[in-house]
Amino acid sequence: MPTAMEIYKLLPKKNCGECKFPTCLAFAMQLANQKVALEACPYVSPESKTILEESGAPPIRLVSFGLGGEPLKIGDETQLFRHDKTFYHPTVLGVIADDSEGLDRMKAKMEAAKAAAFERVGQRIRIDAVAVRHSSGSPQDFLEGVRHAAAMTFPVILMTEDPKLMAEALAMCTASKPLLWRATPQNLDAMVNVAKACAFPLAIGGAGSLDELSQLADKAKKAGVVDIVLDPGDSSAGKMLETLTIIRRAAVKKKFRPLGYPTMSVLGESVEDRMKAALGVMKYSSIVLMKEMPPESAYPLMTLRQNIFTDPQVPIQVKPGMYTVGEPNEKSPVLFTTNFSLTYFTVRADVEKSKIPVWLLVVDTDGQSVMTSFAAGKLTPESVAALIESEKVKEKSTRNEIVIPGMVSRMSGKLNELTGMKIVVGPRESSGLPKMLKSVAG
Amino acid sequence: MAFDVPKERFAGKIREAVIGATREQGGTRRSSLVVGGSGGLPMHRFESEVPHTPLVVMDVVDTPRVVPEVLQASMGPIVKDPVEWAKKCEKEWGSDALLLRLQSANPEEENRPVEQCEALFRDVLKATTLPMFVYGCGFEEKDAKLMEAISNAGRGERLFLGLAEEKAFKSLAAASMATGHGIVAFSNLDINLAKQMNILLLDFGVKPENIIMDPLMAALGMGLEYSYSVMERLRQGALSGDPVLQMPIICDASCAWGVPDAVEDDPRKGNVLQRGTNWEAITAYSAVVAGADLVIMRNPASVALFKQAVKDLAGGA
Ligand code: B12
Ligand code: SF4
Repeated sequence: MPTAMEIYKLLPKKNCGECKFPTCLAFAMQLANQKVALEACPYVSPESKTILEESGAPPIRLVSFGLGGEPLKIGDETQLFRHDKTFYHPTVLGVIADDSEGLDRMKAKMEAAKAAAFERVGQRIRIDAVAVRHSSGSPQDFLEGVRHAAAMTFPVILMTEDPKLMAEALAMCTASKPLLWRATPQNLDAMVNVAKACAFPLAIGGAGSLDELSQLADKAKKAGVVDIVLDPGDSSAGKMLETLTIIRRAAVKKKFRPLGYPTMSVLGESVEDRMKAALGVMKYSSIVLMKEMPPESAYPLMTLRQNIFTDPQVPIQVKPGMYTVGEPNEKSPVLFTTNFSLTYFTVRADVEKSKIPVWLLVVDTDGQSVMTSFAAGKLTPESVAALIESEKVKEKSTRNEIVIPGMVSRMSGKLNELTGMKIVVGPRESSGLPKMLKSVAG
Repeated sequence: MAFDVPKERFAGKIREAVIGATREQGGTRRSSLVVGGSGGLPMHRFESEVPHTPLVVMDVVDTPRVVPEVLQASMGPIVKDPVEWAKKCEKEWGSDALLLRLQSANPEEENRPVEQCEALFRDVLKATTLPMFVYGCGFEEKDAKLMEAISNAGRGERLFLGLAEEKAFKSLAAASMATGHGIVAFSNLDINLAKQMNILLLDFGVKPENIIMDPLMAALGMGLEYSYSVMERLRQGALSGDPVLQMPIICDASCAWGVPDAVEDDPRKGNVLQRGTNWEAITAYSAVVAGADLVIMRNPASVALFKQAVKDLAGGA
């Protein structure tokens, strides 16, 4: 954001008051604090307006593509390190269906990608997009693939460097706002025209250096393409770390506009590529596309993405209170755990395995695990007893006993004293719960 | 607008640590290893010197109870024979160094006597030529005696002994100081605690080049993000010139095998062993991207994957 003085210099300096502020300077100060909109002054010149809008824009442009309903959003990052604030827009993971593989294989890959969705610690994680690519196969297969992707109502990336074929393909999936890959030094003008006509985001790549890439992006922008994605196309992981780091730094620290766009990494299927995908998630790829994403590699990759894009200040947590597993009654056992999502969902999954209905009391620990919150004094016999009271546990289950995590066996005595309930020390790992619950309930 | 490549320079530098001693150096290892030494962000070869690429320390545990079933099945019966296990790490699996975990000394489990543990250590030492780390069982009283015995039995080998913790480091530090070994300084996911641990050791008289830090690696899906950020911050603190944070970092990625997501049978998430393999490799790789100089790993397939990836990461600039 520019300062009040920088803004002031660009205002008409008429001090006419029509903006409802006595002077242009007063208006500039409000603008700098984002309290008013520039439109309130009827006299700003179009040139000043452009300059001001530009300088107020985020360092990395927010680009969205994919379905109208729930578009994928990438870019708009402000940090180099997640601990400085947070990373906002998780890396989009996509699978490439290439027409050289034949139509059947392409379709199978797309279906598999769409099906690869999971619940993990209460969040939905999945493969987010399919990329339909024309390489050595027939353009007919490519277009058929695009038609299939469009019918799947799943975010699509169209991959061809042939502007004519691109125009044909995008006409088949306009409703899903695809990302177009890509403009290169060879086809820039024609591809830019295609992108401009549909106003879909355009990936730019094939440059020999970052300098050239920034020039291509600048050219595309001047020609009227606003949503750009940069594809530096690196040969090795080391090079990828280098270019993506430099792009992020140039955008965030230097506000270098021609590189102020989201990035993408188009990978193959080698062992190195599998780990490059992980590098992309950690180090600044907004989109990672891979030729193969079998679940045994996709699932850990999605988990990594979930970890890296968690807000460092706020752990993923669930609401404290009384939860049920199955349909417990007054004879069912009562267990307690913490409201850290990871803890809660791990315990819940293990209880479900036992097939025994239980009351699961979730204690507020500010989203910390059992041992962390116990060591930090956030999980105490007092806090557990208070929740037992407020959730009327004794009315729900008349067993007058509670199963506690094995790791906090030390709180047994005090908790018994405070509640009068019998304390049953559970296993240290909730994986031991099914066995134990069977004996407790049986 | 001409493009001016933004590069970063730092005042500080990570210290080098030497692990293992050859015959000429008074030990019996085939070579000694050097870790650390970088003057920049992790693997940022395009702007700083990275003299040593991160190394793999495969672990050998003296009781198979800690090795999950999927892995026991793929590693074979050697998990019941630590000496054979160690030999495989060296000869077949390409480990750079070894970590012998004397878990069975645990008084609440096998409670194996110190003499037996020492004998096992001697056997492993004799059967292998890789530089070695040796960890106790985590019970202070037992470890005091155990690590003293190991430290004497390994005189001249320049072992790294662990784990030194805030409330339990004196006996370990004394033992290693007397025999010239290094120490692994454990702290709990907190940059200030890591610093505190190093200060305690330095004040006790341990030389800075004899310390490697373990800031606790939480596995993928189990709080990895905390470890990742603590390491990034440790590294930045070191580079900005804080001498008490300039020790190399070791991370234990074998914890990946304790993650339910990684080892549970769920066909929707793909082949278990391959998923677990990726899980450990990604845990180790993320540690390196965040700043680790060494990683502890268990599964040979994960080691192969990790090594190839690190080579690719080192090859770019
Ligand atoms: C990630 C982590 C953190 C994160 C917090 C993450 C979070 N949101 O909770 C951060 C970095 C913030 C952190 C901080 C600290 N941590 Co911490 N942390 C960990 C770590 C690596 C993982 C914890 C985790 O998420 N586990 C996974 C969850 C699922 O485990 P869980 O909640 O315990 O649940 C399991 C069992 O308890 C059981 N269970 C749970 N509920 C129930 C219910 C029933 C009925 C039953 C039967 C079983 C059961 O089953 C679950 C699955 O097995 C562990 C070490 C490790 N590898 O375990 C240390 C650890 C828990 N931390 C520890 C400590 C000491 C701390 C600090 C106090 C350090 C310090 N001095 O600053 C601080 C406290 C912070 C504060 N002041 O607020 C110690 C605890 C030591 C002890 N024995 O008391 C540990 C064990 C590390 C160690 N080895 O020293 N920590
Ligand atoms: S309306 Fe415009 S010209 Fe008039 S005072 Fe406000 S800012 Fe100045």
